[in-house]
Amino acid sequence: MESYALLLAATLNAGTVLAIAALGLLINEKAGVVNLGAEGMMLCAALAGFATVVHSGSDWLGFAAGMGAGALLAALFGVLVIWLNTNQYATGLALSLFGLGFSAFAGIGYVQAKLPERVQHHIPWLGDIPWLGPALFRQHPLVYATMLFCAALIWWLYRTRAGLVLRSVGESPESAHALGYPVRRIRLLAVVTGGALCGLSGAYLSVVYTPLWVEGMVAGKGWIALALTTFATWRPSRALLGAYLFGGVTMLQFHLQSVGVDVPSQWMTMLPYLATILVLALISRNPAWIRINKPASLGRPFHPGA
Amino acid sequence: MLELKLEARPQPSRFWSYGSPLLALALTTALGAVLFALLGKNPVQGLLVFFWEPVKSGYALGELMVKATPLLLIALGLAVCFRSNVWNIGAEGQFIIGAVFASGMALLADRDTGRWIVPLILLAGVAGGMVWAGLTAVLRDRFNANEILVSLMLVYVADMVLNYLVYGPWKDPMGYNFPQTKTFELVTQIPRLMPGSRVSIGLLLALLGAGALWLFLFRTRAGLAQQVGGLAPAAARYAGFSSRRALWTALLVSGAAAGLAGALEVAGPIGQLTPYVPAGYGFAAIIVAFVGRLHPVAMVFSAVLLSMFYIGGELAQSRLGLPKSITGVFQGLLLFTLLACDTLINYRLRRSAGSH
Amino acid sequence: MLVPRLQMAHITKRYPSVLANDDVSLTVLPGEIHAVLGENGAGKSTLMKIIYGTLRPDAGQMFLNGRLVHIRNPQEARAQGIGMVFQHFNLFETMTVAENVWLGLARDTLQQVTASISAKAAEYGLELDPQRPVHTLSVGEMQRVEIIRALLTRPQLLILDEPTSVLTPQAVQKLFVVLKKLASEGCSILYISHKLHEIRALCDACTVLRGGRVAGVCNPKQETNASLSRLMIGSEPPELRREERQPGAPVLQVSGLSLAHEDQFGVDLHNIQLRVCAGEVVGIAGVSGNGQKELLAVLSGEDTRAPQGSIQMGPVDVSTLHPGGRRAMGLHFVPEDRLGRGVVPTMSLAQNLLLTREEAVSWPGLAGGWIHVRQLMEHARRLIDQFNVKAGGPNSLAKSLSGGNLQKYIVGREIDAQPRLLIMSQPTWGVDVGAAAQIRAEMLALRKAGCAVLVVSEELDELFEICDRLHVISRGQLSPSMPMAQATVEQIGAWMSGLWERSPDEEVRHA
Repeated sequence: MESYALLLAATLNAGTVLAIAALGLLINEKAGVVNLGAEGMMLCAALAGFATVVHSGSDWLGFAAGMGAGALLAALFGVLVIWLNTNQYATGLALSLFGLGFSAFAGIGYVQAKLPERVQHHIPWLGDIPWLGPALFRQHPLVYATMLFCAALIWWLYRTRAGLVLRSVGESPESAHALGYPVRRIRLLAVVTGGALCGLSGAYLSVVYTPLWVEGMVAGKGWIALALTTFATWRPSRALLGAYLFGGVTMLQFHLQSVGVDVPSQWMTMLPYLATILVLALISRNPAWIRINKPASLGRPFHPGA
Repeated sequence: MLELKLEARPQPSRFWSYGSPLLALALTTALGAVLFALLGKNPVQGLLVFFWEPVKSGYALGELMVKATPLLLIALGLAVCFRSNVWNIGAEGQFIIGAVFASGMALLADRDTGRWIVPLILLAGVAGGMVWAGLTAVLRDRFNANEILVSLMLVYVADMVLNYLVYGPWKDPMGYNFPQTKTFELVTQIPRLMPGSRVSIGLLLALLGAGALWLFLFRTRAGLAQQVGGLAPAAARYAGFSSRRALWTALLVSGAAAGLAGALEVAGPIGQLTPYVPAGYGFAAIIVAFVGRLHPVAMVFSAVLLSMFYIGGELAQSRLGLPKSITGVFQGLLLFTLLACDTLINYRLRRSAGSH
Repeated sequence: MLVPRLQMAHITKRYPSVLANDDVSLTVLPGEIHAVLGENGAGKSTLMKIIYGTLRPDAGQMFLNGRLVHIRNPQEARAQGIGMVFQHFNLFETMTVAENVWLGLARDTLQQVTASISAKAAEYGLELDPQRPVHTLSVGEMQRVEIIRALLTRPQLLILDEPTSVLTPQAVQKLFVVLKKLASEGCSILYISHKLHEIRALCDACTVLRGGRVAGVCNPKQETNASLSRLMIGSEPPELRREERQPGAPVLQVSGLSLAHEDQFGVDLHNIQLRVCAGEVVGIAGVSGNGQKELLAVLSGEDTRAPQGSIQMGPVDVSTLHPGGRRAMGLHFVPEDRLGRGVVPTMSLAQNLLLTREEAVSWPGLAGGWIHVRQLMEHARRLIDQFNVKAGGPNSLAKSLSGGNLQKYIVGREIDAQPRLLIMSQPTWGVDVGAAAQIRAEMLALRKAGCAVLVVSEELDELFEICDRLHVISRGQLSPSMPMAQATVEQIGAWMSGLWERSPDEEVRHA
């Protein structure tokens, strides 16, 4: 029984990495911009966060550095895609490839570095409840912050005027422009916010989740986060749940090994990727579900004054 | 108030169609020089390592061609995909599975096998790549799943398949427990183009492929149909061009090309299957395709350019003490600057004084 | 003397390839309904965008109530009391009416806006439910949302850009009532249109634009169609002679065609019955959104889900045949979307020929066939000359042509194939008068040569000019046909609401 509590805890932890990135990408895509550079941003942010903690000793500075790195790269992407109207998919890919190469290059010196001792988190009193305590209440503060953020995002998107404006930009930037909204600025803001969140996710990965730096350590989580936004049909609550689901699948391999299931490790490592494919196939099968929730202008360039 | 404005051109600029990749290269070079300086290395020396060393001798040119062959092959297939608006990002995975299938065929050979096994190895590679790309095609065709994400996930899966095989069933029992297959019999080696150089007939295949692609894209109705599907899907439906056929053609062709490249690599310069067979060619080929404007002739040049980056990275490591991954930085920079410079093809930069 | 509500003085706007507005001046009095008349491409839209702040002029000034103003964006225009109802709606289909209107206003909460909508709608007799998602509305109802959104900004000047193209004749009359009420309350109205009889019925004053310049200012109530037309195009409208003909054998027979919609916001087709004979022009009238798109797709072969036997060409059942097969049977189609469907914008005219014509292609079994480039260019050049297309040459990109010239090329491409049946959708939409006349003449020439022609159009004038028989499509159902000689606008309007006589075993759907 104890192992299931730990499995749940590990799931929440792993899911948080995906959730932060997925929610950030969701904000992006609600404005109509798809940023395939998630993997690259997460890698650079993971390095930035890790390096900052190595030099400063402060986790929160590390998170800030990660967010900054993500935001900066996203801003570069945003300028190209929104003002120069470059192809969104190609530019995002370029960002990922660049991020992969740059982080591998700049991170050489940090491969053997170690972070200061990681704090064990434990909510007083709640963390002592048998089974539920270890399962739910001994997480890093960011895990809880993510859940709160998801709720706040839902409220903001669907209950405020600003959220309505963002959604309108994603649905029809031409109409929003005709109504006088600064479409390009709004899109840039969404892109930078999404980038900052992807950056936070990357920093969390290298500072809390597996406190180390290794080239390519994001291992496709950026791409999985992108798949999650589609799987969630662009609804924050579903993105969060999907993230936890995937976190669970990732943790499954360790759990199975600890329970004594003898499968070659490579098959276990494949699980999250296969699960992503399965989930994409299932959700995309009914085009009606996708179309009714998908921001209509997703991926298409916007030309004011056309 | 003076502001810079982007003004749409009535016709795309022919000058910038050719000039944009060159400008991008120039910008990348400049940024590269800055990078070298920031790292405390002599920028001129750094640039020489990247742009002069790889071409300065016959042997160097040969090495350049060895690297350019897989890049060009994969890029040719990707060009068909991208022109059809099918975003096959998983060429690396198709490369890996092509290498796996080819290795499987090569491992069947023993000392008495004849040369006829070589074409079989290549065909096995092609088949492997097509099977892997076919998975993406099925998922997009039947389930409408986004091919970018599916093909990318399959890269990770392919890597795990490779890992499993070389750590498990295909591991060389005499290999001191290293994760690698036994070295393939000499007879399986892809024939060299000329003695004294590591360039294989793969180069010839790649160049022939470029010619075939040119004919396909610009002289056949099927090639036109592919491109119409990518440029204007509604027009393709109006004309009656099957989008399903376009999807499968694009993915199977690029899978075949990537698989062939994998077979040539594993049965050529490497000679055995190891976890290090995937060298990122599948991703670099994306850049080759873009920088070459998805045009077969231009892609020959951009394949050479990107293989220069690869060799430059290796030389930078041995001569300048910089990590090999600097190659990735240059590649990424090139793609970024290319995308930015491409804007000039369709837009003009104008200084406009706001009126009123 | 009355201070003009709006005065545009010497407005000039230049684009890289054309002078859209050349020294244009316009004066609108308070409470006046002022028409801006001009054919497609005359510069009306550009002028309106300048007034509304979406564009800035290169020269000229704008005065509101006698004061010089600089409008830099639509929000400033709205703040100054200028409202606009666009021809192409700026609505967000997945959101409700109330949310859409709220986005267009700078103030208030959603609840306040919802209440205002209901109040305004009642005041002007425009029925509208604020909670309905916009995608469930008909095109006419969507326009009401735009109008109410404009009215809630309490405008002094309301601009309407081609408002009646999406309305049935009855709805047009209702709109005129609303506009007259508005004008009587002191609001000035700028009415952009190319429909002469509407302008003469509704407007107090008219500025005519031609080729970017003001061709004249007049009182339309004192003018005739002919005199207005002379101002608009510089001459009398061309005469089209349609001789009496006996139609030949049926070329297209559609019966029992029912089809569920595929697109998310599409329309189901119910039991469509239609026949087109050689040497006759059959028209289908209807406001957009009633199933025309779906019907055309299933006739052209872009949609192959029609039930077996529902579409026949002579003895051959073409219901599930793809477009290439139908073209081989002599069925050719000119779609309403030119760029992106009729042609690929970034390909040359010669390459675009290959979309529907295979003459320059040999050995079709091998990779679709080998393209003989020289032959293709010759063919394209011949079409360009024969159909009077103003283009740089066969290598010009399709998107570099004007709307009228592109349409001439596309129509020419299909006519040159010597079809047995030519289907055309909105053949002269957005096309200048000269090209429109040429295209209509070509259609009548085809008719004379024995081709069967089916035209789907929202322009009743056009249908009256060229058709022998007319159907009306409403909510996915096709009315029986009426001979043109007996057709009246009132009856067509009634049929647009679905009110035609049906056999007892058919369901009657109410408007």
